[in-house]
Amino acid sequence: MRFFSESRIFLVVSVSLYLVMKALFAFDIISPYIQQICLYAVIVALTAIGLNVIYGYTGQFSLGHAAFYGIGAYASAYLTKILAIEGVLPFIPVLVFCGVVSGIMGYLIGIPILRLRDDFLAIATLGFGTLVRVFLDNSDKFAESLGGSRGFVGIPRITNLELVFFFLVFVVIITRNLIHSRYGLFWRCIKDDELAATSVGINTTHMKLMAFTYGCILAGIGGALYANLYSFLHPSNFDILRSIDFLIIVIIGGMGSIMGTIYASIIWVGFIEGLRIVLPAQVLDLRWVVIPLLLIALMIWRPYGLMTKRRR
Amino acid sequence: MKILEVRDLEKSFGGVKAVDRISFHIEEGEVFSVIGPNGAGKTTMFNLITGLYRPDNGRIIFLNNDITKTPTYMLIHFGIARTFQNMRLFSNLTVLENVMSSLLSKKTYNLFSAVFRTKRYATSEKTAEEKARGFIDFFGLSGKEDYTASSLSYGEQRRLELARALSTQPRLLLIDEPGAGMNPKEISDLAETIKTIRQRYSVTIAIIEHQMNLVMNISDRIMVMDFGEKIMEGTPQEVKKDKRVIEAYLGEEME
Ligand SMILES: Nc1ncnc2c1ncn2[C@@H]1O[C@H](COP(=O)(O)OP(=O)(O)OP(=O)(O)O)[C@@H](O)[C@H]1O
Ligand SMILES: [Mg+2]
Repeated sequence: MRFFSESRIFLVVSVSLYLVMKALFAFDIISPYIQQICLYAVIVALTAIGLNVIYGYTGQFSLGHAAFYGIGAYASAYLTKILAIEGVLPFIPVLVFCGVVSGIMGYLIGIPILRLRDDFLAIATLGFGTLVRVFLDNSDKFAESLGGSRGFVGIPRITNLELVFFFLVFVVIITRNLIHSRYGLFWRCIKDDELAATSVGINTTHMKLMAFTYGCILAGIGGALYANLYSFLHPSNFDILRSIDFLIIVIIGGMGSIMGTIYASIIWVGFIEGLRIVLPAQVLDLRWVVIPLLLIALMIWRPYGLMTKRRR
Repeated sequence: MKILEVRDLEKSFGGVKAVDRISFHIEEGEVFSVIGPNGAGKTTMFNLITGLYRPDNGRIIFLNNDITKTPTYMLIHFGIARTFQNMRLFSNLTVLENVMSSLLSKKTYNLFSAVFRTKRYATSEKTAEEKARGFIDFFGLSGKEDYTASSLSYGEQRRLELARALSTQPRLLLIDEPGAGMNPKEISDLAETIKTIRQRYSVTIAIIEHQMNLVMNISDRIMVMDFGEKIMEGTPQEVKKDKRVIEAYLGEEME
């Protein structure tokens, strides 16, 4: 088995990065607040990689990624709370389980909607995202502890540096191996020309469903890590704006580039959180004036993404 | 032996009968051409055979299997490959990837092998790549493996599409207007290529073409269509002489 064969450099870099971060954390060189933002950036990267598989590689435009992220988050919050999980080791199976739950949801939703073409797919995923949001807003009617529109409180804080790094590295390697296999090739064929893909013998329905399910699994794991990082969840964390955040990251990072997605996640989270520190609260909402303008400029200046080189 | 048999095939679009109760068969090993004026329904016929359209009526039988309702993606695995009139390459993918896509679409290795990079993965990828390179070479594209398909010239793209279709070594190859937009020199090269692949890969070829000299040169039998109907079918000699064909299509008698 050559599981790591294409990822040696990546492994070395991420282990060194981990050690640096560990030192920064251990000696309190950076404040706990910033530490949390760092972990959050890694979680965002992991989730965005999922969307990159769905949209960047396979070309299935999804406006519902945050919903699957939310499903993972709420599932993990609920499970860790009722099972009173505190340690990292018992948390790992919960994380995997939450990924599977989101994956199953993605699979079930994907069966009817992945037949649709781009614009309809956008509307259908948007609809699903709204549905999840409405459900979360009223979740206290199903189970009191989910908190409904008041938010889910008292989630055990378990997510730490080791955990997010481990999952990111693991996910990057698996995703890479998939991308550089026949499955990744089929996904890119579908994005390029779906009809041609069927004609060369690719079961496009099956392959789109696979990409979508896989992307949702990553969102579920990301959501679970997020829930147990902040110990508080609110339905508004998982609405359409969050889905658009992930889309922006995938686009900035260059569609179909895993490393690009990671860099873009760090830049994006740093940028948003940085503005929160720099700008006074009254003008904070001006972000949503500046950001769209920057995006428009980006699409004109580098339509193929900030991180990737132009293809021949 | 009949490799393909089409019985009473019908397809309408709105009021237009694109294919109107057509029956014919293709013999194993022959080159079978379909000719007819623009809009005669030739491409629609190919689309019906390859499952891109569902017929309103009629049956399609390939090597004794009824494939009328078989989904398109499975046909490659039955042994039917095709090219498109307007070319459908994966334009952002490389030449090598274009050819490998069809080779790897066969059951080569599974998800587990892909994720964990098993030996099976490595050998399957290697075999597919070697095979793909062979076909790229055969179609005169060696040296361009890593170019994106869209960066090739028109003629090269036509050849790449043929390479991609042929690489799966189909029993039946459907080619839709390969000569469109080619100059006389390219047409005669194309005729040679078709003759060669027929021999070398013992593949049966069905071809739609407007270039009469090409059709007459390579075909064993020709079917003539007009307004969705089959006007006649016969050898190139018979077709050249047929009054109805001359009226409907050829315009003037060919020598
Ligand atoms: N998808 C479609 N929707 C509606 N009408 C169609 C469709 N495909 C084909 N047609 C119609 O069916 C008829 C036959 O078209 P077809 O493309 O099969 O002709 P053709 O013989 O291949 O012509 P050409 O030589 O120009 O390629 C035409 O009238 C065309 O407009
Ligand atoms: Mg046509």
